[in-house]
Amino acid sequence: MLTESTSNLLIDDLEAPPLTLKKLAWKRFTRHKMAMVGGLFLILLILYSFGGSLFVEEKYANLTNPPIRLSPPSLQHPFGTDTVGRDVLARTIYGGQISMIIGILAVIIETSLGILIGAVAGYYGGKIDSLLMRFTEAMLNIPEIFLLIVMAKFFGNKIPNLTLLGRTFSGSVVVIVVIIGLTSWMYLARIVRAEFLSIKENDFILAAKATGTSNGEIIIRHILPNSIAPIIVSATLGVANAILAEAYISFLGLGVQPPTATWGNMLDGANNYIESAPWLWFFPGLLILLTVLSINFLGDGLRDAIDPHSRAI
Amino acid sequence: MHPLLAVNNLVTQFVIPEGIVYAVNGISFRVNPGETLAVVGESGCGKSVSMLSLMGLIPTPPGKIVSGEAIYDGKNLLALKDEEMEKIRGKEIAMVFQDPMTSLNPVLTIGKQITEALICHLGLTTAEARERAINLLDMVGIPEAQRRLEDYPHQFSGGMRQRVMIAMALSCEPNLLIADEPTTALDVTIQAQIVELVLRLKQQRNMAVIWITHDLGVVAGIADRVNVMYAGLIVEEANVDELYESPNHPYTRGLLGSLPRIDRRRDRKLIAIPGSPPSLLVKPKGCPFRSRCPIGKEVCQMEAPKLRNVSENHRVACWIDISSGEQISG
Repeated sequence: MLTESTSNLLIDDLEAPPLTLKKLAWKRFTRHKMAMVGGLFLILLILYSFGGSLFVEEKYANLTNPPIRLSPPSLQHPFGTDTVGRDVLARTIYGGQISMIIGILAVIIETSLGILIGAVAGYYGGKIDSLLMRFTEAMLNIPEIFLLIVMAKFFGNKIPNLTLLGRTFSGSVVVIVVIIGLTSWMYLARIVRAEFLSIKENDFILAAKATGTSNGEIIIRHILPNSIAPIIVSATLGVANAILAEAYISFLGLGVQPPTATWGNMLDGANNYIESAPWLWFFPGLLILLTVLSINFLGDGLRDAIDPHSRAI
Repeated sequence: MHPLLAVNNLVTQFVIPEGIVYAVNGISFRVNPGETLAVVGESGCGKSVSMLSLMGLIPTPPGKIVSGEAIYDGKNLLALKDEEMEKIRGKEIAMVFQDPMTSLNPVLTIGKQITEALICHLGLTTAEARERAINLLDMVGIPEAQRRLEDYPHQFSGGMRQRVMIAMALSCEPNLLIADEPTTALDVTIQAQIVELVLRLKQQRNMAVIWITHDLGVVAGIADRVNVMYAGLIVEEANVDELYESPNHPYTRGLLGSLPRIDRRRDRKLIAIPGSPPSLLVKPKGCPFRSRCPIGKEVCQMEAPKLRNVSENHRVACWIDISSGEQISG
């Protein structure tokens, strides 16, 4: 006699399709608790920065009011005011937007460059490969912070302010995005090259060539999708690094210029008030910390989910 | 008859740290429209390398096509530019590889991989290409073709994947199909199905086939003509019946003698060819088979024999007349 449970087992259940790659990855990702927490925090931080602008106007964030400078957190100014009396809460909202936008745009540049250079070097090999890789190594040998500072000094204030969607951005935002992108692609290029070197030896690449597929299509349609996992992971972690890099140079006063706020340039000058006005550095610092940590956890979870073999590295 | 493909004196070598690998040492053959040419020989005798050379798929470096020409449709394939060769690969000459488990891209659906060639060679729209892909999968005997277009390679068995590979190879209706041991990685019943499938499609389309294999049983079943290769050379070529009837090269004799035969007495031992093939790292001198040859003479040490006519459709590269055991004259 069939029991309740076996009789419910229909033929459809037995023939249920196996988990697709995406479902499998999602399953592995959700098992990673820290990544879920990181993802959640990141969503909250994005809501804070971008949703916050619905409640606070940008003008208010840039409004100076010297008489109330350096006032501690209060109902009026929950995060206090800065050295010229601007509301710190409002500035963390608008600064967050710029910091995140810088992070993402810089990573787009970094990833494009890294993929381009790594793919060409790995796929074509030979002299092109040596040339590109020696260049990559040369770039890696120069300390990144040094590159950032020199380039920031060199290009700073040379780009006029630009207006986008009714908002004015300091031209320095563009400079920072470009120089972070230009100084951070090397690791990704190496990863992509290594992936290409191994994937191009596969039989299916030979088979694709045998059907007349051009080199460009083999790179884009056949090899790149096979190496996408480490690229996604690296790009995710790259956002965190770009936000940190922006914070460095803005803290040094070479980054994004006021009145445009970023979490980084809010820290600029706060070192003079470490004890007397801790709210100046605490809130932007906390936000940077949370964002970078969340992204790192998220990236870790993504790595486990979509690129499980790289765990050993 | 005007041959579809004429290969003359093809020489392919690989330069590796240990020296030069003499993989293909000057082979010439032709393929007529609609015929099946089998290329047989043991592993490493240059069967695959010669075919990959024709297709321009030898990795360079380390590979190098030293000399030779391959005339197809009035053009020398070995001298074509990359872009011109891309138009021929897949469209005019298609190839099926040995291992279906690794010949499909694991991250693309079957549909995407089949339609790729159709879109690029025939200029079909995505929708037309899909329609065509469904027909192709149907033709190679994959049930529920429409649904399976969305599936990934890992959802197919080995035999099914080889069917997909064949569908892809035939998608642009090539004039010549090069099948590089397409059944080696499959089990026997599936092998028979694949052989039958290729034969049927070949007849429907009057396509020429070069079938690389070391399975002499398959050769007897499908081929019109056979090239026997040894150490990068063609040592014998003949119509299939004539080759099995009266093999003229001692190597071919050895190959056929080592086959189990259902019509022979069971207690008769199989005869193996003694020794092993020469190292391809040594520059060839004399007949490559001389060290294993039961009937070799002095002349075999000195000079490699050229192919000579035995009959109208039968040529052999051997200094010795196999029936008399005497050195041929002139």
